[in-house]
Amino acid sequence: MDSETRVQINDEADILEARQAARAIAGDLGFDLASQTLIATAISELARNILKYARSGEILLRRTARNGARGITIVAADKGPGIADTELAMTDGFSTGRGLGLGLPGTRRLMDDFDLVSEVGRGTTVTATRWTRRS
Amino acid sequence: MVAYLCQDREELLLEWLQMVEVDGGLWIGATAAEQEATAGKIYDICVECLDTLSYKDAEEFAQQVARRAVRGTITSERMLSGMLALRDVYWHCLLRHYFEEPKRLDEVLKLLESVMNRVLVILAMAFSIERERVINAQQGSIKELSTPVLRLRNGLLLLPIIGMIDSDRARQVTEQMLNAIRDFRARVVVMDITGVAAVDSKVANHLIQTVDAARLLGTTVVITGVSPNIAQTIVTIGVDLSRIETVGDLQGGLDLADRLLGYRVIIEEKAATQAAPMTVA
Amino acid sequence: MPVPILAQPPYLIASVQSALTDADLIRLQNDLFAEAQKRRSHGVIVDVTALDVIDSFSTRTLRSLAAMLRLRGVETVIAGIQPGVAMAMVELGLNMQDVKTATDLEAGLAYLRSRPHGAVGRGQ
Repeated sequence: MDSETRVQINDEADILEARQAARAIAGDLGFDLASQTLIATAISELARNILKYARSGEILLRRTARNGARGITIVAADKGPGIADTELAMTDGFSTGRGLGLGLPGTRRLMDDFDLVSEVGRGTTVTATRWTRRS
Repeated sequence: MVAYLCQDREELLLEWLQMVEVDGGLWIGATAAEQEATAGKIYDICVECLDTLSYKDAEEFAQQVARRAVRGTITSERMLSGMLALRDVYWHCLLRHYFEEPKRLDEVLKLLESVMNRVLVILAMAFSIERERVINAQQGSIKELSTPVLRLRNGLLLLPIIGMIDSDRARQVTEQMLNAIRDFRARVVVMDITGVAAVDSKVANHLIQTVDAARLLGTTVVITGVSPNIAQTIVTIGVDLSRIETVGDLQGGLDLADRLLGYRVIIEEKAATQAAPMTVA
Repeated sequence: MPVPILAQPPYLIASVQSALTDADLIRLQNDLFAEAQKRRSHGVIVDVTALDVIDSFSTRTLRSLAAMLRLRGVETVIAGIQPGVAMAMVELGLNMQDVKTATDLEAGLAYLRSRPHGAVGRGQ
Protein backbone atom coordinates (compact mmCIF):
# COMPACT_ATOMS: atom_id res chain seq x y z
CA MET A 1 0.00 0.00 0.00
CA ASP A 2 2.15 2.82 -1.30
CA SER A 3 0.73 6.26 -1.46
CA GLU A 4 2.79 9.30 -2.31
CA THR A 5 2.35 12.96 -1.63
CA ARG A 6 4.33 15.51 -3.57
CA VAL A 7 4.86 19.09 -2.49
CA GLN A 8 6.55 21.53 -4.84
CA ILE A 9 8.92 23.78 -2.94
CA ASN A 10 9.02 27.25 -4.44
CA ASP A 11 8.57 29.49 -1.45
CA GLU A 12 8.36 29.48 2.33
CA ALA A 13 4.64 28.75 2.36
CA ASP A 14 5.42 25.45 0.65
CA ILE A 15 7.68 24.48 3.54
CA LEU A 16 4.72 24.80 5.87
CA GLU A 17 2.60 22.70 3.53
CA ALA A 18 5.23 19.98 3.35
CA ARG A 19 5.56 19.89 7.13
CA GLN A 20 1.83 19.64 7.65
CA ALA A 21 1.47 16.91 5.04
CA ALA A 22 4.27 14.99 6.73
CA ARG A 23 2.69 15.35 10.15
CA ALA A 24 -0.62 14.05 8.84
CA ILE A 25 0.97 11.03 7.22
CA ALA A 26 3.17 10.34 10.23
CA GLY A 27 0.20 10.56 12.56
CA ASP A 28 -1.67 8.14 10.35
CA LEU A 29 1.19 5.68 10.41
CA GLY A 30 1.14 5.68 14.19
CA PHE A 31 4.12 7.91 15.00
CA ASP A 32 3.73 9.63 18.36
CA LEU A 33 3.66 13.44 18.62
CA ALA A 34 7.32 13.76 19.51
CA SER A 35 8.33 11.70 16.47
CA GLN A 36 6.00 13.72 14.28
CA THR A 37 7.84 16.85 15.38
CA LEU A 38 11.19 15.26 14.59
CA ILE A 39 9.97 14.37 11.11
CA ALA A 40 8.47 17.81 10.52
CA THR A 41 11.75 19.38 11.63
CA ALA A 42 13.73 17.23 9.22
CA ILE A 43 11.41 18.32 6.41
CA SER A 44 11.88 21.94 7.40
CA GLU A 45 15.66 21.63 7.20
CA LEU A 46 15.61 19.82 3.85
CA ALA A 47 13.06 22.17 2.32
CA ARG A 48 15.01 25.22 3.42
CA ASN A 49 18.13 23.83 1.84
CA ILE A 50 16.23 23.46 -1.40
CA LEU A 51 15.07 27.06 -1.26
CA LYS A 52 18.42 28.42 -0.22
CA TYR A 53 20.64 26.64 -2.72
CA ALA A 54 18.40 25.60 -5.59
CA ARG A 55 15.52 28.10 -5.45
CA SER A 56 13.01 25.34 -6.17
CA GLY A 57 12.57 21.63 -5.84
CA GLU A 58 10.23 18.99 -4.57
CA ILE A 59 9.51 17.05 -1.42
CA LEU A 60 8.02 13.61 -1.87
CA LEU A 61 6.45 11.80 1.07
CA ARG A 62 5.95 8.08 0.85
CA ARG A 63 4.46 5.53 3.22
CA THR A 64 6.65 2.47 3.42
CA ALA A 65 6.93 -0.81 5.28
CA ARG A 66 9.64 -3.30 6.11
CA ASN A 67 9.64 -6.40 8.27
CA GLY A 68 6.37 -5.48 9.89
CA ALA A 69 7.43 -1.94 10.77
CA ARG A 70 5.84 1.06 9.11
CA GLY A 71 7.75 4.11 8.04
CA ILE A 72 7.69 7.40 6.25
CA THR A 73 10.19 8.15 3.51
CA ILE A 74 11.10 11.70 2.58
CA VAL A 75 12.68 12.40 -0.77
CA ALA A 76 13.91 15.98 -1.08
CA ALA A 77 15.04 16.65 -4.62
CA ASP A 78 16.23 19.68 -6.52
CA LYS A 79 18.03 20.53 -9.75
CA GLY A 80 20.28 23.05 -8.08
CA PRO A 81 24.04 23.54 -8.09
CA GLY A 82 24.72 20.26 -6.31
CA ILE A 83 27.28 19.50 -3.63
CA ALA A 84 30.85 18.88 -4.72
CA ASP A 85 32.00 16.97 -1.66
CA THR A 86 29.10 15.00 -0.18
CA GLU A 87 31.30 13.43 2.46
CA LEU A 88 32.28 16.85 3.71
CA ALA A 89 28.65 17.91 3.66
CA MET A 90 27.82 15.09 6.03
CA THR A 91 30.52 16.13 8.49
CA ASP A 92 29.45 18.43 11.27
CA GLY A 93 30.70 21.96 10.75
CA PHE A 94 30.45 22.19 6.99
CA SER A 95 28.61 25.10 5.46
CA THR A 96 28.76 26.93 2.17
CA GLY A 97 26.04 29.39 2.94
CA ARG A 98 25.41 31.53 6.00
CA GLY A 99 24.30 29.18 8.62
CA LEU A 100 25.08 27.08 11.61
CA GLY A 101 26.65 24.52 9.38
CA LEU A 102 24.52 21.80 10.92
CA GLY A 103 22.01 21.07 8.21
CA LEU A 104 22.60 17.60 6.82
CA PRO A 105 24.41 15.81 9.63
CA GLY A 106 21.75 17.03 12.05
CA THR A 107 18.95 15.96 9.76
CA ARG A 108 20.49 12.54 9.48
CA ARG A 109 20.30 12.19 13.27
CA LEU A 110 16.57 12.87 13.13
CA MET A 111 15.97 10.02 10.69
CA ASP A 112 16.84 6.33 10.69
CA ASP A 113 17.91 5.74 7.11
CA PHE A 114 19.62 8.53 5.22
CA ASP A 115 21.06 8.80 1.75
CA LEU A 116 22.58 11.78 -0.03
CA VAL A 117 23.13 11.83 -3.77
CA SER A 118 24.43 14.93 -5.44
CA GLU A 119 26.15 15.97 -8.63
CA VAL A 120 27.59 19.38 -9.33
CA GLY A 121 25.49 21.14 -11.93
CA ARG A 122 22.77 18.46 -11.88
CA GLY A 123 21.20 18.67 -8.46
CA THR A 124 20.76 17.01 -5.09
CA THR A 125 18.50 14.31 -3.76
CA VAL A 126 18.18 13.40 -0.10
CA THR A 127 16.28 10.25 0.76
CA ALA A 128 15.51 9.63 4.42
CA THR A 129 13.23 7.23 6.26
CA ARG A 130 12.01 7.01 9.81
CA TRP A 131 10.43 3.83 11.18
CA THR A 132 7.73 3.42 13.78
CA ARG A 133 9.38 0.53 15.57
CA ARG A 134 13.02 1.23 16.16
CA SER A 135 15.81 -0.69 17.81
CA MET B 1 -21.24 -4.63 -13.69
CA VAL B 2 -21.39 -1.58 -11.51
CA ALA B 3 -24.75 -0.75 -13.03
CA TYR B 4 -26.22 -4.06 -11.93
CA LEU B 5 -24.86 -3.66 -8.41
CA CYS B 6 -26.41 -0.20 -8.17
CA GLN B 7 -29.69 -1.25 -9.65
CA ASP B 8 -30.07 -4.20 -7.32
CA ARG B 9 -28.82 -2.33 -4.25
CA GLU B 10 -31.97 -2.57 -2.13
CA GLU B 11 -32.35 -6.25 -2.69
CA LEU B 12 -28.68 -7.10 -2.21
CA LEU B 13 -28.36 -5.02 0.95
CA LEU B 14 -31.24 -6.89 2.45
CA GLU B 15 -29.73 -10.20 1.43
CA TRP B 16 -26.41 -9.22 3.01
CA LEU B 17 -27.91 -8.01 6.23
CA GLN B 18 -29.85 -11.21 6.55
CA MET B 19 -26.69 -13.22 6.04
CA VAL B 20 -24.76 -11.43 8.77
CA GLU B 21 -27.82 -11.41 11.00
CA VAL B 22 -27.30 -15.12 11.42
CA ASP B 23 -23.90 -14.40 12.96
CA GLY B 24 -25.26 -11.70 15.20
CA GLY B 25 -24.89 -8.76 12.87
CA LEU B 26 -21.86 -6.66 11.89
CA TRP B 27 -22.00 -4.58 14.97
CA ILE B 28 -23.14 -5.78 18.35
CA GLY B 29 -25.23 -3.27 20.18
CA ALA B 30 -26.00 -1.17 17.16
CA THR B 31 -29.64 -0.54 16.40
CA ALA B 32 -31.14 -1.92 13.25
CA ALA B 33 -31.08 1.55 11.77
CA GLU B 34 -27.37 1.98 12.55
CA GLN B 35 -26.55 -1.41 11.08
CA GLU B 36 -28.44 -0.60 7.94
CA ALA B 37 -26.79 2.76 7.59
CA THR B 38 -23.30 1.34 8.07
CA ALA B 39 -24.04 -1.59 5.78
CA GLY B 40 -25.25 0.83 3.15
CA LYS B 41 -22.11 2.91 3.47
CA ILE B 42 -19.88 -0.15 3.11
CA TYR B 43 -21.88 -1.36 0.14
CA ASP B 44 -21.53 1.97 -1.64
CA ILE B 45 -17.83 2.24 -0.95
CA CYS B 46 -17.23 -1.24 -2.35
CA VAL B 47 -19.20 -0.42 -5.45
CA GLU B 48 -17.19 2.75 -5.85
CA CYS B 49 -13.95 0.82 -5.57
CA LEU B 50 -15.18 -1.55 -8.25
CA ASP B 51 -16.14 1.38 -10.39
CA THR B 52 -13.16 3.69 -10.03
CA LEU B 53 -10.44 1.33 -8.78
CA SER B 54 -9.57 4.06 -6.33
CA TYR B 55 -9.34 2.98 -2.71
CA LYS B 56 -9.03 6.34 -1.00
CA ASP B 57 -12.56 6.32 0.38
CA ALA B 58 -12.19 2.73 1.48
CA GLU B 59 -9.00 3.57 3.36
CA GLU B 60 -10.55 6.53 5.12
CA PHE B 61 -13.65 4.61 6.05
CA ALA B 62 -11.59 1.65 7.25
CA GLN B 63 -9.69 3.95 9.59
CA GLN B 64 -12.89 5.36 11.02
CA VAL B 65 -14.39 1.93 11.56
CA ALA B 66 -11.20 0.60 13.11
CA ARG B 67 -11.00 3.48 15.55
CA ARG B 68 -14.52 2.94 16.76
CA ALA B 69 -14.27 -0.81 16.67
CA VAL B 70 -11.07 -1.43 18.58
CA ARG B 71 -12.52 0.27 21.59
CA GLY B 72 -15.90 -1.29 21.28
CA THR B 73 -17.68 -4.37 20.27
CA ILE B 74 -16.70 -5.03 16.70
CA THR B 75 -13.97 -7.52 16.25
CA SER B 76 -12.01 -7.65 13.09
CA GLU B 77 -13.11 -11.24 12.61
CA ARG B 78 -16.73 -10.25 12.63
CA MET B 79 -16.14 -7.38 10.25
CA LEU B 80 -14.03 -9.44 7.88
CA SER B 81 -16.47 -12.33 7.75
CA GLY B 82 -19.16 -9.76 7.10
CA MET B 83 -17.12 -8.49 4.16
CA LEU B 84 -16.70 -11.98 2.82
CA ALA B 85 -20.46 -12.38 3.00
CA LEU B 86 -20.85 -9.19 1.00
CA ARG B 87 -18.49 -10.53 -1.60
CA ASP B 88 -20.63 -13.63 -1.87
CA VAL B 89 -23.73 -11.51 -2.27
CA TYR B 90 -22.10 -9.58 -5.13
CA TRP B 91 -20.90 -12.82 -6.62
CA HIS B 92 -24.34 -14.36 -6.78
CA CYS B 93 -25.80 -11.20 -8.20
CA LEU B 94 -23.25 -11.13 -10.99
CA LEU B 95 -23.73 -14.83 -11.66
CA ARG B 96 -27.43 -14.19 -12.15
CA HIS B 97 -26.90 -11.33 -14.56
CA TYR B 98 -24.05 -12.72 -16.63
CA PHE B 99 -24.73 -16.43 -16.75
CA GLU B 100 -25.44 -16.27 -20.46
CA GLU B 101 -22.06 -14.65 -21.21
CA PRO B 102 -19.38 -16.93 -19.74
CA LYS B 103 -16.47 -14.89 -21.03
CA ARG B 104 -17.81 -11.67 -19.63
CA LEU B 105 -18.74 -13.42 -16.38
CA ASP B 106 -15.18 -14.65 -16.01
CA GLU B 107 -13.78 -11.11 -16.45
CA VAL B 108 -16.25 -9.63 -14.06
CA LEU B 109 -15.70 -12.19 -11.33
CA LYS B 110 -11.94 -11.79 -11.58
CA LEU B 111 -12.29 -8.06 -11.11
CA LEU B 112 -14.66 -8.55 -8.20
CA GLU B 113 -12.25 -10.96 -6.58
CA SER B 114 -9.25 -8.66 -6.85
CA VAL B 115 -11.07 -5.54 -5.69
CA MET B 116 -12.79 -7.18 -2.73
CA ASN B 117 -9.55 -8.81 -1.67
CA ARG B 118 -7.90 -5.43 -1.68
CA VAL B 119 -10.71 -3.94 0.40
CA LEU B 120 -10.41 -6.80 2.87
CA VAL B 121 -6.70 -6.17 3.22
CA ILE B 122 -7.29 -2.46 3.74
CA LEU B 123 -9.77 -3.21 6.49
CA ALA B 124 -7.53 -5.77 8.17
CA MET B 125 -4.57 -3.38 8.08
CA ALA B 126 -6.64 -0.56 9.55
CA PHE B 127 -7.67 -2.75 12.47
CA SER B 128 -4.13 -3.89 13.03
CA ILE B 129 -2.73 -0.36 13.00
CA GLU B 130 -5.39 0.90 15.36
CA ARG B 131 -4.86 -1.96 17.79
CA GLU B 132 -1.17 -1.22 17.86
CA ARG B 133 -1.81 2.43 18.47
CA VAL B 134 -3.99 1.62 21.48
CA ILE B 135 -1.41 -0.78 22.87
CA ASN B 136 1.34 1.80 22.49
CA ALA B 137 -0.73 4.37 24.28
CA GLN B 138 -1.33 1.96 27.15
CA GLN B 139 2.32 1.05 27.34
CA GLY B 140 3.12 4.72 27.44
CA SER B 141 0.97 5.07 30.53
CA ILE B 142 2.71 2.15 32.18
CA LYS B 143 6.11 3.59 31.42
CA GLU B 144 5.12 6.93 32.85
CA LEU B 145 4.09 5.36 36.11
CA SER B 146 7.51 3.81 36.47
CA THR B 147 9.31 7.15 36.33
CA PRO B 148 7.75 9.44 38.90
CA VAL B 149 8.42 13.15 38.71
CA LEU B 150 8.18 14.70 42.16
CA ARG B 151 7.37 18.28 42.77
CA LEU B 152 9.40 19.28 45.82
CA ARG B 153 8.55 22.92 46.00
CA ASN B 154 7.77 25.79 43.75
CA GLY B 155 9.98 25.57 40.72
CA LEU B 156 11.85 22.43 41.80
CA LEU B 157 11.33 18.96 40.46
CA LEU B 158 13.00 15.77 41.56
CA LEU B 159 13.37 12.97 39.07
CA PRO B 160 14.75 9.80 40.65
CA ILE B 161 15.81 7.28 38.06
CA ILE B 162 16.10 3.69 39.15
CA GLY B 163 17.19 0.65 37.29
CA MET B 164 18.19 0.08 33.74
CA ILE B 165 17.87 2.76 31.19
CA ASP B 166 17.96 1.99 27.53
CA SER B 167 17.55 4.44 24.69
CA ASP B 168 13.79 4.05 24.65
CA ARG B 169 13.41 4.70 28.35
CA ALA B 170 15.84 7.61 28.19
CA ARG B 171 13.74 9.21 25.52
CA GLN B 172 10.58 8.64 27.52
CA VAL B 173 12.21 10.12 30.63
CA THR B 174 13.23 13.19 28.65
CA GLU B 175 9.72 13.67 27.35
CA GLN B 176 8.21 13.24 30.79
CA MET B 177 10.67 15.65 32.36
CA LEU B 178 10.08 18.31 29.73
CA ASN B 179 6.31 17.98 30.06
CA ALA B 180 6.61 18.29 33.83
CA ILE B 181 8.84 21.37 33.45
CA ARG B 182 6.21 22.94 31.27
CA ASP B 183 3.30 21.93 33.50
CA PHE B 184 4.89 23.06 36.76
CA ARG B 185 7.07 25.86 35.41
CA ALA B 186 10.11 24.29 37.05
CA ARG B 187 13.33 26.27 37.02
CA VAL B 188 15.49 23.49 38.41
CA VAL B 189 15.25 19.75 38.01
CA VAL B 190 17.33 17.44 40.15
CA MET B 191 17.81 14.22 38.25
CA ASP B 192 19.12 11.59 40.61
CA ILE B 193 20.81 8.62 39.02
CA THR B 194 22.15 7.00 42.21
CA GLY B 195 20.05 4.00 41.34
CA VAL B 196 21.65 3.59 37.92
CA ALA B 197 24.78 1.47 37.88
CA ALA B 198 26.05 2.04 34.41
CA VAL B 199 25.05 3.40 31.08
CA ASP B 200 26.38 2.90 27.58
CA SER B 201 27.60 5.85 25.57
CA LYS B 202 24.30 6.07 23.71
CA VAL B 203 22.31 6.53 26.91
CA ALA B 204 24.94 8.88 28.36
CA ASN B 205 24.41 10.96 25.26
CA HIS B 206 20.67 10.91 25.85
CA LEU B 207 21.22 12.19 29.40
CA ILE B 208 23.26 15.11 28.09
CA GLN B 209 20.60 15.80 25.50
CA THR B 210 18.02 15.85 28.27
CA VAL B 211 20.03 18.57 30.02
CA ASP B 212 20.27 20.54 26.77
CA ALA B 213 16.59 20.21 26.02
CA ALA B 214 15.64 21.36 29.52
CA ARG B 215 17.88 24.37 29.03
CA LEU B 216 15.84 25.33 25.99
CA LEU B 217 12.86 25.49 28.31
CA GLY B 218 14.80 27.76 30.63
CA THR B 219 15.52 25.10 33.22
CA THR B 220 18.74 23.94 34.85
CA VAL B 221 19.17 20.24 35.39
CA VAL B 222 21.35 19.13 38.27
CA ILE B 223 22.45 15.52 37.96
CA THR B 224 23.19 13.82 41.25
CA GLY B 225 24.44 10.39 42.16
CA VAL B 226 26.80 10.03 39.24
CA SER B 227 28.85 6.90 39.81
CA PRO B 228 32.53 6.93 38.80
CA ASN B 229 31.56 4.47 36.09
CA ILE B 230 29.03 6.79 34.54
CA ALA B 231 31.29 9.81 34.97
CA GLN B 232 33.89 7.94 32.95
CA THR B 233 31.38 7.14 30.21
CA ILE B 234 30.33 10.77 29.99
CA VAL B 235 33.92 11.93 29.72
CA THR B 236 34.64 9.26 27.14
CA ILE B 237 31.91 10.45 24.81
CA GLY B 238 33.63 13.79 24.82
CA VAL B 239 31.25 15.87 26.86
CA ASP B 240 32.75 18.80 28.64
CA LEU B 241 31.73 18.18 32.25
CA SER B 242 31.57 21.89 32.93
CA ARG B 243 28.57 21.97 30.63
CA ILE B 244 26.47 20.04 33.06
CA GLU B 245 25.88 20.46 36.75
CA THR B 246 26.72 17.32 38.64
CA VAL B 247 26.83 16.89 42.36
CA GLY B 248 27.96 13.84 44.32
CA ASP B 249 24.91 13.09 46.36
CA LEU B 250 21.24 13.91 46.36
CA GLN B 251 21.32 16.20 49.39
CA GLY B 252 24.12 18.19 47.83
CA GLY B 253 22.09 18.41 44.67
CA LEU B 254 19.05 19.69 46.50
CA ASP B 255 21.16 22.31 48.27
CA LEU B 256 22.52 23.48 44.97
CA ALA B 257 19.01 23.58 43.58
CA ASP B 258 17.92 25.78 46.46
CA ARG B 259 20.75 28.18 45.77
CA LEU B 260 19.94 28.23 42.08
CA LEU B 261 16.37 29.02 42.93
CA GLY B 262 17.48 31.87 45.12
CA TYR B 263 16.84 30.34 48.50
CA ARG B 264 19.33 30.86 51.25
CA VAL B 265 19.80 28.03 53.68
CA ILE B 266 20.41 29.13 57.29
CA ILE B 267 21.71 26.68 59.80
CA GLU B 268 21.15 27.72 63.35
CA GLU B 269 23.65 26.40 65.82
CA LYS B 270 22.11 25.44 69.11
CA ALA B 271 23.86 23.56 71.90
CA ALA B 272 26.31 20.97 70.65
CA THR B 273 24.14 18.17 72.02
CA GLN B 274 21.12 19.26 70.02
CA ALA B 275 20.59 18.65 66.36
CA ALA B 276 21.00 21.75 64.22
CA PRO B 277 17.68 22.80 62.85
CA MET B 278 17.64 24.19 59.35
CA THR B 279 15.43 26.92 58.15
CA VAL B 280 15.05 27.87 54.59
CA ALA B 281 14.75 31.54 53.84
CA MET C 1 2.34 38.17 8.37
CA PRO C 2 3.38 40.72 10.99
CA VAL C 3 4.03 39.43 14.47
CA PRO C 4 1.72 41.09 17.01
CA ILE C 5 3.60 43.04 19.67
CA LEU C 6 1.96 43.68 23.01
CA ALA C 7 3.16 46.21 25.48
CA GLN C 8 3.36 45.08 29.09
CA PRO C 9 5.30 48.02 30.45
CA PRO C 10 8.20 48.13 30.88
CA TYR C 11 8.42 45.09 28.63
CA LEU C 12 7.30 44.06 25.17
CA ILE C 13 5.82 40.72 24.20
CA ALA C 14 6.00 39.41 20.64
CA SER C 15 3.83 36.34 19.99
CA VAL C 16 5.15 34.35 17.06
CA GLN C 17 2.34 32.42 15.42
CA SER C 18 4.08 30.73 12.53
CA ALA C 19 7.57 30.12 11.20
CA LEU C 20 9.30 33.42 10.50
CA THR C 21 10.39 34.13 6.96
CA ASP C 22 13.33 36.42 6.25
CA ALA C 23 10.93 39.24 5.57
CA ASP C 24 8.98 38.55 8.78
CA LEU C 25 12.19 38.68 10.77
CA ILE C 26 13.33 42.01 9.43
CA ARG C 27 9.86 43.39 10.06
CA LEU C 28 9.88 42.05 13.62
CA GLN C 29 13.33 43.44 14.35
CA ASN C 30 12.30 46.87 13.09
CA ASP C 31 9.00 46.81 14.93
CA LEU C 32 10.63 45.74 18.19
CA PHE C 33 13.36 48.40 17.91
CA ALA C 34 10.85 51.09 17.26
CA GLU C 35 8.55 50.04 20.07
CA ALA C 36 11.36 49.45 22.55
CA GLN C 37 12.76 52.86 21.84
CA LYS C 38 9.40 54.60 21.97
CA ARG C 39 8.44 52.98 25.25
CA ARG C 40 11.95 52.70 26.68
CA SER C 41 11.36 49.01 27.26
CA HIS C 42 13.65 47.09 29.54
CA GLY C 43 13.15 43.76 27.92
CA VAL C 44 11.43 41.79 25.19
CA ILE C 45 9.80 38.40 25.39
CA VAL C 46 9.47 36.45 22.16
CA ASP C 47 6.74 33.90 22.82
CA VAL C 48 7.23 30.86 20.58
CA THR C 49 4.62 28.63 22.22
CA ALA C 50 2.77 28.35 18.92
CA LEU C 51 5.74 27.14 16.90
CA ASP C 52 5.48 23.41 16.25
CA VAL C 53 8.86 23.27 14.55
CA ILE C 54 12.02 25.27 15.17
CA ASP C 55 14.70 24.46 12.62
CA SER C 56 18.25 25.78 12.17
CA PHE C 57 17.01 28.78 10.20
CA SER C 58 14.47 29.82 12.86
CA THR C 59 17.08 29.34 15.57
CA ARG C 60 19.51 31.57 13.73
CA THR C 61 16.92 34.26 13.19
CA LEU C 62 15.85 34.26 16.83
CA ARG C 63 19.43 34.46 18.03
CA SER C 64 20.26 37.29 15.66
CA LEU C 65 17.15 39.13 16.80
CA ALA C 66 18.33 38.86 20.40
CA ALA C 67 21.82 39.98 19.41
CA MET C 68 20.51 43.05 17.63
CA LEU C 69 18.34 44.03 20.57
CA ARG C 70 21.23 43.48 22.95
CA LEU C 71 23.22 46.07 21.03
CA ARG C 72 20.51 48.50 22.03
CA GLY C 73 20.66 47.44 25.63
CA VAL C 74 17.43 45.48 25.53
CA GLU C 75 17.36 41.93 26.82
CA THR C 76 15.44 39.26 24.93
CA VAL C 77 13.87 36.16 26.42
CA ILE C 78 12.72 33.32 24.18
CA ALA C 79 9.76 31.78 25.97
CA GLY C 80 7.64 28.74 25.40
CA ILE C 81 9.72 26.31 23.37
CA GLN C 82 7.58 23.16 23.45
CA PRO C 83 8.96 19.83 24.78
CA GLY C 84 8.76 18.02 21.42
CA VAL C 85 10.33 20.97 19.66
CA ALA C 86 13.14 21.16 22.21
CA MET C 87 13.88 17.48 21.70
CA ALA C 88 14.04 17.91 17.94
CA MET C 89 16.31 20.94 18.29
CA VAL C 90 18.70 19.08 20.53
CA GLU C 91 18.79 16.12 18.16
CA LEU C 92 19.57 18.51 15.34
CA GLY C 93 22.32 20.07 17.43
CA LEU C 94 20.71 23.46 17.87
CA ASN C 95 20.86 25.58 20.99
CA MET C 96 20.03 29.09 22.15
CA GLN C 97 23.35 29.92 23.78
CA ASP C 98 23.70 33.66 24.48
CA VAL C 99 19.94 33.95 24.73
CA LYS C 100 17.87 33.50 27.85
CA THR C 101 15.06 30.99 27.51
CA ALA C 102 12.01 30.57 29.72
CA THR C 103 9.38 27.87 30.09
CA ASP C 104 6.53 30.19 29.22
CA LEU C 105 5.43 33.80 29.10
CA GLU C 106 4.90 34.05 32.86
CA ALA C 107 8.31 32.62 33.61
CA GLY C 108 9.80 35.05 31.09
CA LEU C 109 8.19 37.99 32.79
CA ALA C 110 9.29 36.75 36.21
CA TYR C 111 12.85 36.57 34.92
CA LEU C 112 12.84 40.07 33.45
CA ARG C 113 11.42 41.47 36.67
CA SER C 114 14.24 39.87 38.61
CA ARG C 115 16.87 41.56 36.48
CA PRO C 116 18.39 44.83 37.62
CA HIS C 117 17.37 47.37 35.01
CA GLY C 118 20.13 48.03 32.53
CA ALA C 119 21.86 44.73 33.04
CA VAL C 120 21.50 42.74 29.85
CA GLY C 121 22.27 39.13 30.58
CA ARG C 122 24.04 36.67 28.35
CA GLY C 123 21.75 33.70 28.70
CA GLN C 124 22.89 30.80 30.85
